[in-house]
Amino acid sequence: MATQLKTLKSRIGGWLEERLGLAAIIEFIAHKTVPVHSGTTWYLFGGITLFLFVIQVLTGILLLLYYRPTATEAFESVQFVVTRVQFGWLIRSIHSWSSNLMILTVFIHMFSVVFLRGYRRPRELTWLSGIALAGLALGFGFSGYLLPWNTISFFATKVGTDMAASVPWVGEALARFLRGGDDVGGATLTRFFGFHVAVLPGLTTVLLAIHLALVQRHGISSPPRVEEKYRQLGQQVPQMPFTPNFFLRELMAWYGALAVLGVLAALFPWELGEKADPFAAAPAGIRPEWYFLAPFYTLKLIPAHVFFVEGELLGIFGFGLLMVWWCLLPFWADNRQGRERTRLVTGAGVLMIAYYSTFSILGYFK
Amino acid sequence: MGPTSQDRRNLVRWLLGGGISASLGAFLYPVIRFMNPPAVPEATVNEVVAGKTQDLLPNSGKLVKFGSKPVLLIRVNETEWRAYTGICTHLNCTVQFQAASQQIWCACHNGFYDLNGKVVSGPPPRPLEEFAVRVRGNDLVISRRG
Repeated sequence: MATQLKTLKSRIGGWLEERLGLAAIIEFIAHKTVPVHSGTTWYLFGGITLFLFVIQVLTGILLLLYYRPTATEAFESVQFVVTRVQFGWLIRSIHSWSSNLMILTVFIHMFSVVFLRGYRRPRELTWLSGIALAGLALGFGFSGYLLPWNTISFFATKVGTDMAASVPWVGEALARFLRGGDDVGGATLTRFFGFHVAVLPGLTTVLLAIHLALVQRHGISSPPRVEEKYRQLGQQVPQMPFTPNFFLRELMAWYGALAVLGVLAALFPWELGEKADPFAAAPAGIRPEWYFLAPFYTLKLIPAHVFFVEGELLGIFGFGLLMVWWCLLPFWADNRQGRERTRLVTGAGVLMIAYYSTFSILGYFK
Repeated sequence: MGPTSQDRRNLVRWLLGGGISASLGAFLYPVIRFMNPPAVPEATVNEVVAGKTQDLLPNSGKLVKFGSKPVLLIRVNETEWRAYTGICTHLNCTVQFQAASQQIWCACHNGFYDLNGKVVSGPPPRPLEEFAVRVRGNDLVISRRG
């Protein structure tokens, strides 16, 4: 019996192998390794981000079963989900909380890459694809925020799209494109829904595939200080096998993320607020999601006019420059002699974190 | 003799496998419950005003909303109206009145019913449920029987 079962198993395996050619992939994974040093834990954050993204996709698909993307029905459909559908409040709360946690882990992942110098040659494209994915994550957040069609999300979208309108030359057209008209309304909701469930997931799938393929192509990078330390000892940087050693650690990290997510979603269910009324005055305390607070607060601080330039325009121009400079990090991280500008990169990373967190906190409380 | 390395390995394997299986079960249960749509109570409708007596000509019919379901109202002659559920007993299509043959027809699979709601030909397995029609003043009122 046991022999027959073994033969059957090997025949099925052979049949699949002939059609799928999995042996090469299994062989590749079996030889994949991860560097072992004091910063190995930071490597887990890319995987945690991916895990939270999968949760978003799955809970998003579930919410789609009930959600109706029109100004007259959106709020009521979400209200129906959280009050009438079994576990509806939990699924929605998990979707909202995991989106916030995912953006947090995206930032942690990005800064860990900066401080571990993971962007260095030949990984410039991995960095750029990661930055683009971070931009898409923010796009998911911005577009998803409006979908429940509540007062806060409505006015936050008004402010957000108005910021886009102040971009020189193309601003008005960009704002019209985002809003699907001259102002935020039912057309904006339908449009944001389309971005959120079709356009952004499509782009993310392609970019994520590129990002992951590049990570596989170049392997996990070791920080230069670790490489230097072992070079002086005449040794290679110690490695651990990806399977099962690193993967099991990643699995435990996923459980950790799940525990945090479960506690937040269950104990602090995401509020629905009140239905948006386009003809009502904006209530006090309108602010965007936490990850947009830093630019939001910065724009608040800039005076209406700085010399002859409009303050808002100056702010957006400044942000644009900062973003371009940050995206191009792998290209200015080395000087002309090819030596690393370690202090400059570390300083830039620390300054970015300091600015972002301080202004976010100020934006939240002021 | 103490536990061997293999024993410990098996224990860890069981704990990990059991943990993952339990997690999957814990994920799937709420997901399945979520996908099951909650019953939305509908206001029970016992009668509706289908229109005025002069709205329908003799030997003609029209579909009328009865709650969330269609009802087929037929004016057989000058003084007689009949009403049947507008849903075919075969596969839920909506039926219509055919003046030429004086029958109720379901276009989906060519099912025919007579003016008593009984199956004449085609695949419908049961007759159409009949509704009561009465004239109240100038209004036609349709109500459930019994």
